[in-house]
Amino acid sequence: MKFVDEFRAPELIAKAGEEIRRLAVPKRHYRIMEVCGGHTHAIYRFGLKDLLPANVELIHGPGCPVCVLPMGRIDDGLALGAQAGFIFAAFGDMMRVPGTHGSPLEYKARGMDVRIVYSPADALKLARTNPEKHVMFFAIGFETTAPSTALTLMRAKAEGLHNFSVFCNHVTIIPAIRAILDSPDMRLDGFVGPGHVSTVIGCRPYEWIAEDEGKPVVVSGFEPLDILQSIVMLLRQLRKGEAKVENQYKRVVPWEGNRAALRAMAEVFELRPYFEWRGLGFISQSALKIRASYAEWDSEQRFSVPGVRVTDPKAAQCGEVLKGVLKPAQCKLFGCECTPEQPVGALMVSSEGSCAAYYNYDHRKPVTIASAASV
Amino acid sequence: MATPATKIRFSEPQIEMAHGAGGKASRRLVEGLFAPLLYGSNQGPLGDAAHIQINGTRIAMTTDSFVVKPLRFPGGSIGELAINGTVNDLAVSGARAEAIVVTYILEAGLSTEILEAEVRAMGLAAEKAGVLIAGGDTKVVDHGQADQMYITTTGIGRLIPGVDISVPSVRPGDKVLLSGPIGDHGITILLARGDLDLEAELRSDTRSVLPLVQALVCEAGAGVRWMRDPTRGGVATSLNELARDSGHGIVLFEEKIPIRDSVRGACELLGLDPLHIANEGQFLAIVSSEHADSALQALRGAPGGEEAEMIGEVREQPSGAVLVTTLYGGSRLVDMLVGDPLPRIC
Amino acid sequence: MCLAIPGKIIELDQNAQMALVDVAGVRRKVDLRLLQDDPPVADDWVLIHVGFAMSKISEADAADQMQTLTMLGEAEAAMQEVSGYGLENDVQGESGKRWKQ
Repeated sequence: MKFVDEFRAPELIAKAGEEIRRLAVPKRHYRIMEVCGGHTHAIYRFGLKDLLPANVELIHGPGCPVCVLPMGRIDDGLALGAQAGFIFAAFGDMMRVPGTHGSPLEYKARGMDVRIVYSPADALKLARTNPEKHVMFFAIGFETTAPSTALTLMRAKAEGLHNFSVFCNHVTIIPAIRAILDSPDMRLDGFVGPGHVSTVIGCRPYEWIAEDEGKPVVVSGFEPLDILQSIVMLLRQLRKGEAKVENQYKRVVPWEGNRAALRAMAEVFELRPYFEWRGLGFISQSALKIRASYAEWDSEQRFSVPGVRVTDPKAAQCGEVLKGVLKPAQCKLFGCECTPEQPVGALMVSSEGSCAAYYNYDHRKPVTIASAASV
Repeated sequence: MATPATKIRFSEPQIEMAHGAGGKASRRLVEGLFAPLLYGSNQGPLGDAAHIQINGTRIAMTTDSFVVKPLRFPGGSIGELAINGTVNDLAVSGARAEAIVVTYILEAGLSTEILEAEVRAMGLAAEKAGVLIAGGDTKVVDHGQADQMYITTTGIGRLIPGVDISVPSVRPGDKVLLSGPIGDHGITILLARGDLDLEAELRSDTRSVLPLVQALVCEAGAGVRWMRDPTRGGVATSLNELARDSGHGIVLFEEKIPIRDSVRGACELLGLDPLHIANEGQFLAIVSSEHADSALQALRGAPGGEEAEMIGEVREQPSGAVLVTTLYGGSRLVDMLVGDPLPRIC
Repeated sequence: MCLAIPGKIIELDQNAQMALVDVAGVRRKVDLRLLQDDPPVADDWVLIHVGFAMSKISEADAADQMQTLTMLGEAEAAMQEVSGYGLENDVQGESGKRWKQ
């Protein structure tokens, strides 16, 4: 696969690993946060931690849009979708996320019309082909996905398709990073920046992290070589005592972002004054809501939403794991009460949530890995 | 050394789709509800087929049901799946299918044309596989109570001479062989459902693997320790079951696992792991290290086995788990499937 | 948020708002409206996320990056040789004599 296989070349990966070991000053302990859940997943999937020296530590950040959704919002979405004549459409990522009374798949088993879609456009198509039903699309995602939702709403309006609405749970990445840096428990040396969010917002929005907080940021792609090269670039900056934003993912990320995408978002969305993030609390100006000009297609403006706040069980330490203060295995519930099959918190449900990723890919790995026979 | 499986209790209040997906939830249902109530107290690890002694003769017996949507898909249909699935279950238990009986549950309103096409497909598949269809039963249920048709097949067969497979015979150092590329069937079905708007030149790999099993056993004899056809839940689930039942670890070499470009493309696009995707025409074999090379050659020399690979080996660690390693030294565990594989966007 | 995959544009619809894109032999119609400021043409490679093209992929930048990656460590190795002669203070590896913090 072009633009994929080259960035998985074993010899180059080995080389990048060596470079990291060469650059990492032995007496120093580097704490680097990868913000994006997709990076967390890639790190585990490709076994990249096996290539890093012990003093380069990757901390998982809060960039998992499923993980940061409070259970109350999931309950709201399910309450909306469970109404007679409704079709509840969402990405596969949402299907096993538990609400108070079950997950979308469990609701489906009890008779709710639940459909998995790959694209918001597919949800709109469901509305066209099911004129007698109302299709409610449960939208999630950071700025990577929001423009696609925006374009879909614009299309719905242009076509006058009234049996379609969006329950909008899009969140923005910068406030989440700010919350991390504001947290007193955090000590971080630098960031692996979210590559696909940056195709939309560009690299400028991270400049304050370098200029005001003195932490380098390298916007990274998702293949093993991308992530390793980004770590190389971060270590180089740290050795020189520099702090700037660099774009490792140049082949895809424009420094200025995608104007058409930003225009579409501005047309359809505005910032909510505040939004609750699971584990992080209320953060102002951190989430998107649909403008009044699109009220007709906003599930919240059109239908009544229960809006009940559901607090997480005290024992669940999702917040601390989200902020990178605790490792998944340090949460008291990890692996016992909370597993991918019976998740207590969303970090265990979403495949890119740090707890699920660690549980599925890592936590039973033997300490010394027998090397691959073919190396 | 085999460790006994921990006692599982089925405590869920209702049955979900996940319980039929072939992964962990299915396992819980079978081991936690069916086994305690139906099987004797000396139940060993559950396999694809049961071997029963009748007056000194060992007979292999298996049953399976087929619930697939859509009924017809590139490369096959439910009728062929039903025959090949049962032939394969017997084959990987070391038996040659002799006879199959079939049950149809038909939905009222099903067109005769569709039924006839499936029955015809079944007949052809049975002929191709060299198995007799010995009888059957039919029931019709109300419209809406069966997705057009459900098929159950029960097959019996006789042990292939020279076969001596069992979980306890698997030991560290043994090699893992795979008969061909993975994921073809599951991805074909996913695409055929039409929900994802994806197209590819892909066909289900449904076929009888008996000839390949015979070629393998002919070459390696008692060197074949264990076999399984990785259907629902994929290679990962089958090997995790072995790891769990045997207490050993299984290490796979990612670069050795055969997979077609379009299956890989679909999996990358949808965020799926090919190791969790269903196969209907492949099988896994654990073969002693002395026999592994010649066994692989025997597979590759047999019609339909050209793409067979040695994809890994049995080790002591990680005990009870399956590890996938990469050429550059990275590794990850791969677990049993939880429910159906779901596409993701994150 | 993050699962996006490179695909090649096979053919564009007349209005150029949608295109048939190929990912290793799997094809899907993809929405091009996010690229309207710099529309792609057939044979271009784009990054696809939830059925929308997010960005064009630059072959030149990709090639550049591969070049950089191939040369990783070579510059350092050369420097190590030179600094062994005591000609300049510079960063060394774990085996080295001095390093900047």
